[in-house]
Amino acid sequence: MLVRVLFAVVAAFPIVFMLVSSLKPDQQIFGDMSSLAAFLPVGNISFDNYAAVFDRVPAARFLLNSVGVSAVTVVLGIFVNSLCAFALSRMQVKGKKIVFTAILATLIVPFQTLALPLVWWVNQLPYFELNGFSLEFSKGWLDTYQVQIIPFIANAFSIYLYHQYFESIPKELDEAARIDGAGWFKIYRQVVMPLAGPATATVAILTFLPAWNSYLWPLMVVQSEELRPVMIGIQYFFQLNVSWGEVMAYASLITVPVVVLFIAFQRSFVNSIASSGVKG
Amino acid sequence: MQRPRSRQDPINPSTVSKQKDRPMNKTLTKVLATSIAAAALAATLAGCGKGSASSSTEGSGEIALWTHNAGNPEELAAVQKVVDSYNGSQDKVKINVQAFPQDSYNDSVVSAAAAGKLPCIVDIDGPNVPNWAWAGYLKPLELGTDLSKQLPSTVAEWDGKPYAVGYYDVALAMMARASDLKAAGVRVATIEQPWTKAEFQDALTKLKALGKWDYPLDIGTAGTGEWLPYAYSPFLQSFGGDLVNRDGFQSADGVLNGDKAVEWAGWFRGLADQGFMAKKSGKDSTQDFLNNKSAIVYTGSWAADKAKAALGDDLVVMPPVDLGKGPKIGGASWQWGVTSGCSNSEAAMDYLSYSLKPENIAAVAKATGAIPASNEAAAQIPAFAEGGANRIFMDFSRQYAVMRPETPAYPFIATEFGKATQDILNGADAQPTLDKAVKAIDANIKSNGGYKK
Repeated sequence: MLVRVLFAVVAAFPIVFMLVSSLKPDQQIFGDMSSLAAFLPVGNISFDNYAAVFDRVPAARFLLNSVGVSAVTVVLGIFVNSLCAFALSRMQVKGKKIVFTAILATLIVPFQTLALPLVWWVNQLPYFELNGFSLEFSKGWLDTYQVQIIPFIANAFSIYLYHQYFESIPKELDEAARIDGAGWFKIYRQVVMPLAGPATATVAILTFLPAWNSYLWPLMVVQSEELRPVMIGIQYFFQLNVSWGEVMAYASLITVPVVVLFIAFQRSFVNSIASSGVKG
Repeated sequence: MQRPRSRQDPINPSTVSKQKDRPMNKTLTKVLATSIAAAALAATLAGCGKGSASSSTEGSGEIALWTHNAGNPEELAAVQKVVDSYNGSQDKVKINVQAFPQDSYNDSVVSAAAAGKLPCIVDIDGPNVPNWAWAGYLKPLELGTDLSKQLPSTVAEWDGKPYAVGYYDVALAMMARASDLKAAGVRVATIEQPWTKAEFQDALTKLKALGKWDYPLDIGTAGTGEWLPYAYSPFLQSFGGDLVNRDGFQSADGVLNGDKAVEWAGWFRGLADQGFMAKKSGKDSTQDFLNNKSAIVYTGSWAADKAKAALGDDLVVMPPVDLGKGPKIGGASWQWGVTSGCSNSEAAMDYLSYSLKPENIAAVAKATGAIPASNEAAAQIPAFAEGGANRIFMDFSRQYAVMRPETPAYPFIATEFGKATQDILNGADAQPTLDKAVKAIDANIKSNGGYKK
């Protein structure tokens, strides 16, 4: 028990440091660094850094953007990836193993190597928008919300996770439902998906985290400030004279949603990781 | 492997559908509702989410200007004021400002260039100008203003033509407390009489003997990226070495790995070996200095106001050490250029000419605390006017500034130099490390056809 508490304390140190430092002026942060005071809310404590964050960065807008982009990516990701995995797990289609292998093979290609070609591709895609009552077409998805979402909906790891989980659900259930007259989609939505809650929770978290932490891609494809996500915002603070208190305050602000999400799904997440035998 | 609940419970297949009917319907409703909401949100985001920064608006009399100072409200406001003033002065064209965070600005520009979406006007870190010009991002400036009045380090040239011009420069300096120097019996270095190498060694020895600091010197060894060549190549140049042979910029052999360079490397590592400075300093050297964790900090003019506010008259600003060939500092800061794909370059050039009025330069320099790019502008800022508190930085810039090599190879050279510097500091042998850097630089220049136009 003591060892567990010790590990928990050590793991919590960076977060405690971040939260405590967000309440201190810069000079005190560095002054306290060599003592235990670095982890304690002592000295000149205030919310000035939080106020300064909102002066320097449109933090509310960035948070809203990230919540929207991450939520849409997660919901569409769950739908698309589970459907794909369901097809690969349940349907008898010639060559499905090759398709599954090809999907898994994409996991070994790092995103960084695809980033620039992907920028070129998304810039060639057609785009439409409503202007009053007329529909206007143009080319290129750069500087939009959908360019931050759509490339990340289909995800090989999510498909793999769902596939492995679906394999553990007895096929007799499908057959029973089929006898009751259910079609493939009905089996998917009324039999298999309701039993795949832990996998869905895991996919939700594993999709949400990279979407929330997304940095390189929006850096490359988003130019307008009103479309930027939270991670780009952290760069606003790295000027020639860095205000570390503000950095910590902003980091605290953008960490809270992730912690809340993890706590909400913690049990399912652990169950799914344990049952699928993969590391997150 | 834990099984799903369905396998733990005895199941009668014929009843599954009925048993699950109500919860399934609820689940289905939830999934459908969420999916529809997500799709609607996606559509809404997409509908309202088209940005306006692309250069596609340029045909309609609007010109996009990208700048690196998001997160720096003072500088951004000053630039916006210049733009507003220009927009109000004529009705043919409107400049639209789009600000990016500094640390990631180059990545944004390079990505936009790859997609053919560069705006008309961009700001650029001075040493990168030749590379961007060589890559075809920029076109030579044709301004209706006299650039000879600018500080030389605020005009970036390549192939004999100006490609970018800036409102300000920054200067490196050493800062210390006069009281500490006095206590150690060390004189204050001045422009007329900077410290020599021997005096610097003596000063550090005496300061260390006071026992007040673990390391009396902080030169920002935790720095990364452009800080490494910007801060440390002037030491190399003061020894008589350089990053590349400036006669044609075709090889670094003999200057980055010659006797002078090896001597520099030995001296540089000696500062750490003798305990004068940490191999890896704190994250914020200025703040550590203000917290009295070091006696001398090697930093830039940007830290002067903060240090002055904290230390008052006890602060002394000193030139870098003369290591043989006189004190040296890196020249060039952020500058403005016009992209080669700009469909209305005449208007872009007109804006840049307008923006270089002394009052505009003074306004931006004042907002950043940087050195104004011309004497006329400096006269409008008391701190930089003759006798002003920050005039010394302007003098440093005029007397000591060495432009980082004006070659498209610079970004590669800078990276190799940075790696070599860190390796040497961490104990690598100087000669083979510098030879390796030279080999890589020469190979890069060769593989790019000598970076000829």
